[in-house]
Amino acid sequence: MKTPLSRREFGAIAGSGLFVFISAPALRAYQEPERLPMRQGYPADLNAYLRVAPDGAVTCFVGKVELGQGAMTSLAQMLAEELGVAFDSVKMIMGDTGQCPYDMGTFGSMCTPMFGPVLRRAGAEARATLLAMAAEQLQVPVERLQAKEGVITDPAQKKSVAYGSLVQGRRIEKRVEQAPLHTAAQFSVIGQSPQRKDAIEKVTGKARYAGDLARPGMLCARIVRPPAHGARLKSADTSAAEKLPGVRVIRDGGLVAVLHQHRDIADRALGLVQAEFEPAPDGPDDRTIFEHLLQHGPQPRVVAEAGSLAEGEKLSSTVVEQTYLNAYVSHAPIETHSAVAEVSGDKVTVWAATQAPFSVRPAVAQTLGMKPENVRVITPFVGGGFGGKSGAPQAVEAARLAKLAGVPVQVVWDRAEEFFFDTFRPAAVMKVRSGLTASGKIGFWEMQVVGAGEREAKTFYDVPHQRTTSAGGWQGGNPPGMHPFGVGPWRAPSVNSNSFARESQMDLLAAKAGVDPFEFRMRHLTDRRLRRVLETVLGQSGWRPAKAPSGRGIGLACGVYSNACVATVAEVAVDRKTGAVHVKRVVSAVDSGIIVNPDGARQQIEGSITMGLGQALTEEVHFRGGAVLERNFDSYELPRFSWLPKIEVTLIDNREMPALGLGEPPIVTIAPVIANAIFDATGARLLQLPMT
Amino acid sequence: MQRTLSFTLNNKPTRIDVDDQRMLLWVLRSDLALTGTKFGCGEGLCGACTVLVDGRAVRSCSTPVGDIAGKHVLTIEGVQQGDRLHPIQEAFVKHHAFQCGYCTSGMVLAAHALLSASKSPTREEIAHHMEDNLCRCGAHKRILEAVEDAAAALKGGAE
Repeated sequence: MKTPLSRREFGAIAGSGLFVFISAPALRAYQEPERLPMRQGYPADLNAYLRVAPDGAVTCFVGKVELGQGAMTSLAQMLAEELGVAFDSVKMIMGDTGQCPYDMGTFGSMCTPMFGPVLRRAGAEARATLLAMAAEQLQVPVERLQAKEGVITDPAQKKSVAYGSLVQGRRIEKRVEQAPLHTAAQFSVIGQSPQRKDAIEKVTGKARYAGDLARPGMLCARIVRPPAHGARLKSADTSAAEKLPGVRVIRDGGLVAVLHQHRDIADRALGLVQAEFEPAPDGPDDRTIFEHLLQHGPQPRVVAEAGSLAEGEKLSSTVVEQTYLNAYVSHAPIETHSAVAEVSGDKVTVWAATQAPFSVRPAVAQTLGMKPENVRVITPFVGGGFGGKSGAPQAVEAARLAKLAGVPVQVVWDRAEEFFFDTFRPAAVMKVRSGLTASGKIGFWEMQVVGAGEREAKTFYDVPHQRTTSAGGWQGGNPPGMHPFGVGPWRAPSVNSNSFARESQMDLLAAKAGVDPFEFRMRHLTDRRLRRVLETVLGQSGWRPAKAPSGRGIGLACGVYSNACVATVAEVAVDRKTGAVHVKRVVSAVDSGIIVNPDGARQQIEGSITMGLGQALTEEVHFRGGAVLERNFDSYELPRFSWLPKIEVTLIDNREMPALGLGEPPIVTIAPVIANAIFDATGARLLQLPMT
Repeated sequence: MQRTLSFTLNNKPTRIDVDDQRMLLWVLRSDLALTGTKFGCGEGLCGACTVLVDGRAVRSCSTPVGDIAGKHVLTIEGVQQGDRLHPIQEAFVKHHAFQCGYCTSGMVLAAHALLSASKSPTREEIAHHMEDNLCRCGAHKRILEAVEDAAAALKGGAE
């Protein structure tokens, strides 16, 4: 057996027990990793491991983090299923670079599809190994043995042996080979909805987030911030702040921070700092941004092309052209970016709210001039990410200040900092030009995407003549000055924009063709899974065919994200005087392969639907040049309880597909389904998000 | 002004020497190490810092600690009765009425205040009462269901 090269980094690997080392397949297909900043080489040899200890405890070490999406629970289920242990006996150690092998990050709905299969195989490998050991010890053929709840039994001789005692005083290392997996019919833990592993801690206030940690002698830091991106600090008079008892001021280049044992006194000190900044250069604002993107976007890239647009146009009797826009939106997790850093000799430990602890490590190392292996990043519970905690600049700030101050330092951004430094979902322009033939088929489809990124920009509808281009995106690599601030992944990046354009345009075409929107979509769909979710949502919602606008306020949209298929029907009421939109009912059908945890799946789908309401109706970052005008939740409106529609979800337990992620897919249908329902209610086609 | 404040915290008499203009949130989190009460916005706009003062839900981030002198403060750490979860917490667990959990303390306490004042609130009343408690993960549906369930359990227990 080849031992993994990088495993000596992990202290917990020492000791006795059975270890199974896990390699995950390459991430390329899911994550476009070549464009992600801070990417490290992806080690092919070791991505997670599990240990069965002599006391029978099962521990799984994985670099993923728990953001609320339930990975701690669903990953443990998949492991318990194959290992033949009780779900409760699996302990997950997540997102600790000191104990877990490298992982690129927790995003892209990848936990389940990426780690599910490998954890299952590792569990199966461990079970097969333990069965073989038990056969030897009990002197019976392995076929006679059964493994259940951590105990191997020979029913014929009524003998049994526990996993823990098999590994007592021994050290066995395995890599994942080809041990057979349970079939769907054999599942006993997969497909169940056990109590979430984080439930008790979270309802009792015991769950610890980065901002909850206190280290001996720790100071809380507040940092002097510019009024706008691009504004440079000229001077900072900290004399008044320094007069507050217990306040320390740290200056290092352009960094000016005030620190105090209590966070609120540090706030008070920050308020006493008189800082002057060079004005920021002029830039676009939230009204002129779309024109600005068209002028400053990079050269478009052809994403998909088939047939000939000219040919398609000749076939078409009607041409429909529209431009769809979406604003910048903020992630706005309720937990702001938070971190604690403690320097000890040539080592530093950072506790950080992050979706990518292994990217924080080199960033901290570089800033402090340390070796990455001397930086340990521990990820406690994270209070929401949605893509916004893919980076963790607050962790670098905390580490830098901890080194300068010589004591542990906590950095917890306030709400204005959270809005200011957020990497927003990019504003985007999506132009769609398409034609209808005399027989009511789509003759051609041309889509030009600027800003959103190219995922799912290509239409999945059957169109003979089509061309899709994309310029710029959330992944970085945009020309300087294209965006006045940082952009990044936001729940279902690219796809939440591109689906809005595609599904709105499909509705427009259906209306032009005088055909029911469901019928029109089915006419252009051969994909079996998409057809099935559409048919399912049709039945579930009680859809009655009609040409839009019917006045009823019912809309339909479908979409694909990371191979999961979703179709949604929504019903809205529009106040014709005020234009206020109330979403009354949302019905979604989702095919995300095998369902590991039905209740967890529903949580994610309901969350996506609810978050989608804000993106559709209210959420918009206002700005003037590099100055972000949002400072708190009074101007940036998140969905609230009174908005909540009746939500109905149908899970298609597609056992022909491996389990796919669910944190993101449903949201891609929400903005377009509401736009289509508003159109059905009023005949007005809203082309810009948010639709306020 | 620095002074000695006496109040009841989670049913225990408490005395602290503190600047009475500091906000309750930070005194709880920083001085008293009760970190279950969360910072979310600092201006009373998100509800993550909700605690009960004499049974009423208040935003601890905007409540000067001087205002609670002589009063009873209940934080998430005091909701549990010994090792037993409160029926509201039980309902949150049963419905998985949380995801990231960061808003959960505030949600539980907002619900606690409501159910102390109203035994059988309608779903609309619950939504109205909880309206200014923000949840970004979108657990709203489950939170409403959990509070309804808890109301039924509390009512059952009282009869």
